[in-house]
Amino acid sequence: MSAGPDLARRPLRRAEGRLPLRRGPISLVLRPRALIVAGILLAVICLLTVVALGSGTYRLAPAEVLEVLRGGGRPMDRTVVLQWRLPRAVAAVALGALLGISGGLFQTVTRNPLASPDILGLANGAFTGMLLTLVLVSSSWPLLSAGAVLGGAATALLIWALARTGGVQGFRLIVVGIGVSAMLASLNTWMLLQIELETAMFAAAWGAGTLNGLTAPPVIGAVLCAVPLLAVLAVLGPSLRQLDLGDDMAAASGVRPARVRSAALLIAVALVSLATAVIGPVSFIALAAPQIARRLARAPHLSPMLSGLTGAALLLLSDLVAEHLLPLLARTREAVAAALPALAAHLPAGPAPVPLPAGVVTVSVGGLYLVLTLIQEIRRRA
Amino acid sequence: MPDRLAPPASAASRLSAEGIALTYDRTEVISELSVHIPDGGFTVIIGPNACGKSTLLRGLSRLLAPARGQVVLDGRSISRYPAKEVARRLGLLPQSAIAPEGITVADLVARGRYPYQHLVRQWSPQDERAVARALEDTATTELAERQVDELSGGQRQRVWVAMVLAQQTDLLLLDEPTTYLDVAHQIELMELFSDLHAAGRTVVAVLHDLNQAARYATHVIAMREGRILAEGPPREVITSARVEAVFGLPNVVIADPVTGGPLVVPRGGRAPSTAPPDAVHGEVPAAPVPSAAGEGR
Ligand SMILES: Nc1ncnc2c1ncn2[C@@H]1O[C@H](COP(=O)(O)OP(=O)(O)OP(=O)(O)O)[C@@H](O)[C@H]1O
Ligand SMILES: [Mg+2]
Repeated sequence: MSAGPDLARRPLRRAEGRLPLRRGPISLVLRPRALIVAGILLAVICLLTVVALGSGTYRLAPAEVLEVLRGGGRPMDRTVVLQWRLPRAVAAVALGALLGISGGLFQTVTRNPLASPDILGLANGAFTGMLLTLVLVSSSWPLLSAGAVLGGAATALLIWALARTGGVQGFRLIVVGIGVSAMLASLNTWMLLQIELETAMFAAAWGAGTLNGLTAPPVIGAVLCAVPLLAVLAVLGPSLRQLDLGDDMAAASGVRPARVRSAALLIAVALVSLATAVIGPVSFIALAAPQIARRLARAPHLSPMLSGLTGAALLLLSDLVAEHLLPLLARTREAVAAALPALAAHLPAGPAPVPLPAGVVTVSVGGLYLVLTLIQEIRRRA
Repeated sequence: MPDRLAPPASAASRLSAEGIALTYDRTEVISELSVHIPDGGFTVIIGPNACGKSTLLRGLSRLLAPARGQVVLDGRSISRYPAKEVARRLGLLPQSAIAPEGITVADLVARGRYPYQHLVRQWSPQDERAVARALEDTATTELAERQVDELSGGQRQRVWVAMVLAQQTDLLLLDEPTTYLDVAHQIELMELFSDLHAAGRTVVAVLHDLNQAARYATHVIAMREGRILAEGPPREVITSARVEAVFGLPNVVIADPVTGGPLVVPRGGRAPSTAPPDAVHGEVPAAPVPSAAGEGR
């Protein structure tokens, strides 16, 4: 059946703001609201990056940072910004994005805002795989990354096998995942205690999830591996949107739900494992980024692009806080003590002014977020 | 053996099942079923809960692959088509569909265009026209900007129908499309399906209301326990004996005062003998009637 000419002329306004771009047989859809949110998130990321590049013991004003980025600046500034700090900021952005996208995929496929790779234990599983590789095989980066991906995939299979009868969308999945996650976390701790002190020190900080002491090659490696996965994801996008309608409706409109779901989960597991191989199991980003993005965009579908951008901003912010929180506290304390010597004796001795692992910050904020989400969910069901 | 009350549907049936068995995990719901959906007909499937009506529709629409036998669509096994190709020929409104949180009507209906879209053809003028047309046909154009969450059950059901119509298929399979609707909205939707049928589409619907089946169907399939007990024109399928055989419900079948077709009246219940006669014809109820309004969902 084709539409009559009177219908053809009627323009259809669309609330979600689908903006078609057409040329000949090609038509693309832009969603202005999503683009605006993406633009804002990008701006936030740029801002945070400039702040991150400028802060530390050797402080730089934003103007000086920008000068360096434009190719100028003093040699010392250039070394500090480009060689010491830039890899770390880039890592936070890139890996935060991978975590956000991975979490969004899990939540889309399971239709459950609590199902994310960190809650389900995939990050811990990837870390287990990495520790095993470290102990049994070698400490070279590519092998550690491969070990992490294998560990993540094995954990996913384990959870799937245990939660199978409840289906991938059930509450059972979450409960099983939390159980597996706790089990793997203790396994990781035990392994850390077993291995030699030197390796363990390095691995333990990493076990909390950290960007301290990061170098460029593993970050570049992770990003290079992620690019083809993200390309596949872009192709999968429309069928993932269609899955939002329920399996039957999606299948009736020409999607093969089982295939799309498996492909999306595979990509999600790989992305979170790649990130974990570099920075350890950082929780909360994958859980919260997609939901924050969804609220910002007020869209019915969790957009991987927005989840990724939100994840990038969150990890960058968390790392900034983790790196500078304690030094900042110490400086404040000194300033107070200098201004009011009478008070100095009464001030509590603060912790040593060292950078924290970013994972410590995300896990604290994440716990709060989780509690709030649960309360909201319980209210909604009541 | 099912009673074939009419000569078997013409061999030109576009959609048919040949000895299919449909199974979930371990339970076999349908073990051996053959059916031809008459082209251009309005086929209604009736039968008690859990007899396999939805399962049959899922089998016919490729959602569930038969363990044995095959479903044939336009002369070829349906399992050999690409998924989107099936969706361009056959539309299904499943019993359980989820409206994503916060989606607008226009956007939901636009999702029906999925089988026509690909990477560089995301929203063509044809998509636009099909959606406008589907909204028009279901009288939901005015709702286009509203969120699906905030519609009434009846409006929502029309929107789902619009989404399936946007798929622009000549074959429409509808699983209980009128459930949850009040009687006026049920009839309104049935009239819509009847119009779609009159405009040339082949419609298959699972219905629980036998009298609506009798009134709108050109072909009725009565199922019980995964088998077809009888199929044919409503007058011949919907008889007192068969309704009792299918549903185990004692009943009388009288002539529908409007159409003259069969009208099923269940036995049982109590005659309102104590009520004064005028309460039955009721301009004024004799006693205050407890109001159901405002209660329930
Ligand atoms: N996804 C499923 N997994 C396992 N068993 C199922 C599934 N869906 C349906 N069944 C079973 O198959 C049988 C037939 O179900 P079906 O949904 O086809 O019935 P129906 O005739 O559509 O019933 P209703 O009128 O209640 O919709 C039932 O016994 C049901 O429990
Ligand atoms: Mg059913």
